Amino acid sequence: MDMQLMQDIVSVYGPSGREQAASDVIKAYVEPYCDEVYNDVLGNLIAVKKGTSGKKIMFSAHMDQIGLIVLDIDEKGFLYVAPVGGVSPMLSVGHEVMFQNGTRGVVSYENKTKKFTEITMMEVFLDIGSSTKEEAEEKVSIGDIAVFVSNFVMMGKKVAHRTQDDRIACAIVAEALKTMKSEHDIYAVFTVQEEVGTRGAGPAAYVIEPDLNISLDVCSVGDTPESVREHVKLGCGPTVKAKDSSVIVPMSVREFIKNAAKKNNIAVQDEVLRAGGTDTGAVQRTRGGILSGCISIPCRYIHTPVETVDMDDVDAAVKLVIACVEESELPK
Amino acid sequence: MLERLKILSELYGVSGDERRVRKYIREQVEPLCDEVYTDRMGNLYAHKKGVGKKVMVCAHMDEVGMIVTGVLDSGLLAFTAAGLDSRAIISKRVVVGKDDVPGVIGSKAIHLQSMQERKTVLQMKDLNVDIGAKNKEDALKYVKPGDYISFTTKFSEMGDGLFKGKALDDRVGCAILIELLKENYDCDFTAVFTVMEEIGLRGAQTAVVNVEPDVALALEGTLCNELPDNSRRKSVTRLNEGAVISFMDGGTIVPESMLNALKDTAAKNDIPWQFRQGTSGANDMGPVHQGLAGCKAGVLSVPCRYIHSPVSIASKSDLDSVYRLAKAFLKESRFKEV
Repeated sequence: MDMQLMQDIVSVYGPSGREQAASDVIKAYVEPYCDEVYNDVLGNLIAVKKGTSGKKIMFSAHMDQIGLIVLDIDEKGFLYVAPVGGVSPMLSVGHEVMFQNGTRGVVSYENKTKKFTEITMMEVFLDIGSSTKEEAEEKVSIGDIAVFVSNFVMMGKKVAHRTQDDRIACAIVAEALKTMKSEHDIYAVFTVQEEVGTRGAGPAAYVIEPDLNISLDVCSVGDTPESVREHVKLGCGPTVKAKDSSVIVPMSVREFIKNAAKKNNIAVQDEVLRAGGTDTGAVQRTRGGILSGCISIPCRYIHTPVETVDMDDVDAAVKLVIACVEESELPK
Repeated sequence: MLERLKILSELYGVSGDERRVRKYIREQVEPLCDEVYTDRMGNLYAHKKGVGKKVMVCAHMDEVGMIVTGVLDSGLLAFTAAGLDSRAIISKRVVVGKDDVPGVIGSKAIHLQSMQERKTVLQMKDLNVDIGAKNKEDALKYVKPGDYISFTTKFSEMGDGLFKGKALDDRVGCAILIELLKENYDCDFTAVFTVMEEIGLRGAQTAVVNVEPDVALALEGTLCNELPDNSRRKSVTRLNEGAVISFMDGGTIVPESMLNALKDTAAKNDIPWQFRQGTSGANDMGPVHQGLAGCKAGVLSVPCRYIHSPVSIASKSDLDSVYRLAKAFLKESRFKEV
């Protein structure tokens, strides 16, 4: 993995519905390796590498990240917000945020109204350093979306960042595009609005009509102290999804990915995700139905400021994407 | 527009039973359009043919209401509902079935309630509609399980420029959309009066396939929770502060280009507007913007106090602001910017 590419793609601003900056960064990285790169009507970034077989493989990794949308600005310049995607009020407090125009702020809460452990988004506010409503309105408007700022935390082979979900998958697809060779048409789709209900992937698949879709996302793990029981562990390879709350992956697609992994000596894990849906399901139910599967990157602490992945899994996922496109026979 | 809204508001049209509303709207729009048609779901389409972008404007015909689930031995009717608060429907007058049989949602008199009962919220299953039947056999002469139940609130003007009535969500949108059809626009324009919005945005799912829009706009009645002590964000919108522009709700994040086009159109034409300062609740634009290859979608609303109850209050000036903003957006071809 090109660490600069990974850092640039993981760090760029791009909450659900406002993904253009993220799209531009990814576009700059993938353009030299593709025949065509464009945004569709919803903002999905679609990078095409032409093949000769007449078959189409789509990859989908979502560009959007969770955030906080401004609902109201009070007389003293504090901003009240609603979540964009699955944001925990408690895990928001104490963190730094950034708006599209670069405005910085911090998150806190009304400490007289409720105990910290009982707060909802109604008591959470952003402080952007303004003293009055007017001063705040010069920097931020109602309807603007803030994202959480995060550092890259390098911990040996493990790397933590707020936005591994799902920019790490965007980085994996972008990296794989550099060297992949395939007889099939490859449509790498960096999707929008996954975090608010997998809204972008379906319309992209509707237009592309792929013979096979493979989504890339993160999945939760069970390898931390006293965690909910999960089979998947960090560092044991990317996963081949069997099921999440949006999809049951057809056996033929799971076997296709596993065979490609086996041929190339890539270790993979089986994944049954307890909760949460992915673009995999949205694509599966597009048009008359599309064969759809998912490769996940094991990730600790999903939707917290310290989403942690293992670089061995990341590198193996790049290899697995490349291995899949080298297969002549697609699943039926 | 207000006279037409009065008629629309008083028509019975619970989700799935929109035929009276559809019939009335069809009569109103037929002289204004190139073609008027319905689909198998019951959505009504009013098409003004044109070239360029396909623009679709939606308003839903259905209203919240109830449906008979059974007739008790006593002749009382059991019912169920979606989108209604059981606390808001007790002691209300209703009509049942296609013959509009009058009834009342009854409950135990306060004299007979224990202290515990007074504090307890009655659920739908604890409430019954009384149509005055002697017994089950008698009741079944007039109604049957599956019959729709609607509120009967009369529309009237009140206060300073306000009006009250039932089903303002979304007959306000229907009234505005009919009015918009009187003009011509530089696009291929389809007004869609959708069905079954209140029970899960169902009609819009097929409407988007039939119209294939490039740009879509919903005209809605929306939350206006102006209770004492509520901050602006807790009230979501305010009466008399103008057309409501949404940036995000439970089903749609409005794209920046659409948001800017709507705000700019309002500013240029001196039309009062306000943000919808909340993100809960969804509307037809949810399925519409994700339909087929996707499209750009926006939402304009009229604030309605006490929405999803037997009676709401809204303002004539807000109704006019939404109409003027939607008309200017279409007349000035602002949809070309989104």
